[in-house]
Amino acid sequence: MSEIKTRQNTPMVPYPSGAIVPERDLGTIPVLECSHLGIEFGGLKAVDDFSVIMGKTEIAGLIGPNGAGKTTIFNLLTRVYQPTHGTMMLEGRDMGNMTTVDVNKAGIARTFQNIRLFDNMSVEENVRIGLHNQIRYGMFSGILRLPRYWKAEKEQHEKAMELLDIFDMADLADHRSGSLPYGAQRRLEIVRALATHPKLLLLDEPAAGMNPRETEELMENIIRIRDRFQIAVLLIEHDMNLVMGICEDICVLNFGRIIAKGTPDQIQQNPAVIEAYLGKRKKENA
Amino acid sequence: MKTKAKKWFGRYWIYFVVVGFWIVCEVLMQQNALSPVIRNQLIPICCWVTMAVSLNLVVGISGELSLGHAGFMSLGAFTGLIAAGWLQHAAQMESPLARLVLAMLAGGLIAGIFGFLIGIPVLRLRGDYLAIVTLAFGEIINSLIINLYVNLDQGTLYFKFLKGRGLPGIPLLAGAQGPDNITKIALIPAGFVLVILTLIVANNLVRSRTGRAIMATRDNRIAAESVGINVTKYKMTAFVTAAVLAGMAGAMYGLFMSTATKPTLFRYTKSIDILVFVVMGGLGSLSGSVISAALLTILPEQLRFLKDYRMLIYAVVLILMMLVSNNPLIRGWMKGIREKFFRRNKQTPAAEARPDDGKGGGRS
Repeated sequence: MSEIKTRQNTPMVPYPSGAIVPERDLGTIPVLECSHLGIEFGGLKAVDDFSVIMGKTEIAGLIGPNGAGKTTIFNLLTRVYQPTHGTMMLEGRDMGNMTTVDVNKAGIARTFQNIRLFDNMSVEENVRIGLHNQIRYGMFSGILRLPRYWKAEKEQHEKAMELLDIFDMADLADHRSGSLPYGAQRRLEIVRALATHPKLLLLDEPAAGMNPRETEELMENIIRIRDRFQIAVLLIEHDMNLVMGICEDICVLNFGRIIAKGTPDQIQQNPAVIEAYLGKRKKENA
Repeated sequence: MKTKAKKWFGRYWIYFVVVGFWIVCEVLMQQNALSPVIRNQLIPICCWVTMAVSLNLVVGISGELSLGHAGFMSLGAFTGLIAAGWLQHAAQMESPLARLVLAMLAGGLIAGIFGFLIGIPVLRLRGDYLAIVTLAFGEIINSLIINLYVNLDQGTLYFKFLKGRGLPGIPLLAGAQGPDNITKIALIPAGFVLVILTLIVANNLVRSRTGRAIMATRDNRIAAESVGINVTKYKMTAFVTAAVLAGMAGAMYGLFMSTATKPTLFRYTKSIDILVFVVMGGLGSLSGSVISAALLTILPEQLRFLKDYRMLIYAVVLILMMLVSNNPLIRGWMKGIREKFFRRNKQTPAAEARPDDGKGGGRS
């Protein structure tokens, strides 16, 4: 834990437009830049005026009460929903016309709140599907078993094992993914997302259903992944130990709008955040 | 090493079964010991096995219920017949084998092209809608061929709809009356080669990057898209591959039946029959499709002694087979056999031992 505590105090520096990014990311293009992103479902503004900037290797958190629109933002970023307002850029590239598939190819990978693994396939096959666009060969090489097939399959196997090893899951490679314990399924989803070689990793409640020990390991692993692959991580989480422990920048959402942004220390003392979570004091109401 | 052998056997046993069956048939035919009923059924069996395996690519592997598979077989059959007729009369090709192979390639090609064209609108739909639209396309193909007249005159093919009178040359295809002037050239070894070829294509496809992508789109469309798999492309791949194989099987069937091939043979009831083979053999199980298609093709022929009650008994047998294969006792017994001989994906003991970690478990 000591390692994690020190990371919480990453110096954050102001960026044009009022956002903050970690000092180490100053010289690089921000990995994600959303401005005034929003979506309306028949007049209901599920997300409104969502603007953030994320540094190249930043770990950021997205928190807020239930129904605040956190997962909707993930669905906007990955184009499961088409935003009705605003723009988003990935490393300076406009993502206006991208589909879900393009977004992943461009470098955003995600996990799901309700785990979406390929249950009937083995753990290794799940990761290999993540490697789909990384190690490729054509359909005919596969049917005719050309040398290209054997070479690429071997490459996929090695790469999959290497990725599984990050979470100490290499020995589970032959197991059916649907039969894994809950925590392991969550970890496998992260491995599968990592296999797509992302620049930005979106984690939707990665610690849900994990015990405190597993959560602690997860925190260390998220930092390890960030350092090793030099990627940015945006996570939704209700576990405040995790959020306050590893996030460098936190964005608090309520009723689809950002109510606070800042470092963990700033967020913990922000009256608007306290109000969103705990409600107003009676005296102030009167 | 023992597990490796099991794994290998688990993958390839169906090839041994097919080749073994072929050898037994050939030996019995040499001895004249094979009953003519079975003998005449061998090529249709090979065709229906190919149809079942290819439909399993769509229904079992890609997870889309298609009810128009016989339509592709029909396209393949009549393309194959026309191609064979042209090769026989216009190109004067002597070797029946070469004619058969070329006709099958033509059948596969045309069926594949139509599969692609039909796939563009159809694969935008899902579930029941897709089933209904594929059924409709199968019927459209059938109605078109029923009204199609093709004549051959000095190397030129003449096509006409609705009325065949007035076309020059000899008729190759005469609407609802079916083909004419085309010799039967289907061979039993070619049938078995087609089955083995189909199995190789289907099995190798499933156990490759493409096959994994197809199965990913079936298991979880949203997750597949989130890892960058183009869902439409892979659904189309499965659909077109199945159509090509169906077209080749159709050409083989057409050139076995020759002038007895009527367009009405490939109506939607045939599509349902093929679907029954697939469901009986197990969705997604290619070897299961082979066995069930072969058995269920022979069965109605062997039940002919029942006369009027034949199809009634056939239906009862189907129901019994469904009940038996769903019986927990028999399932447990089958599972034991599978574990003894074939590799299965391991189950994690931890998942059963620690109920807290199960999916129902909340956050701690």
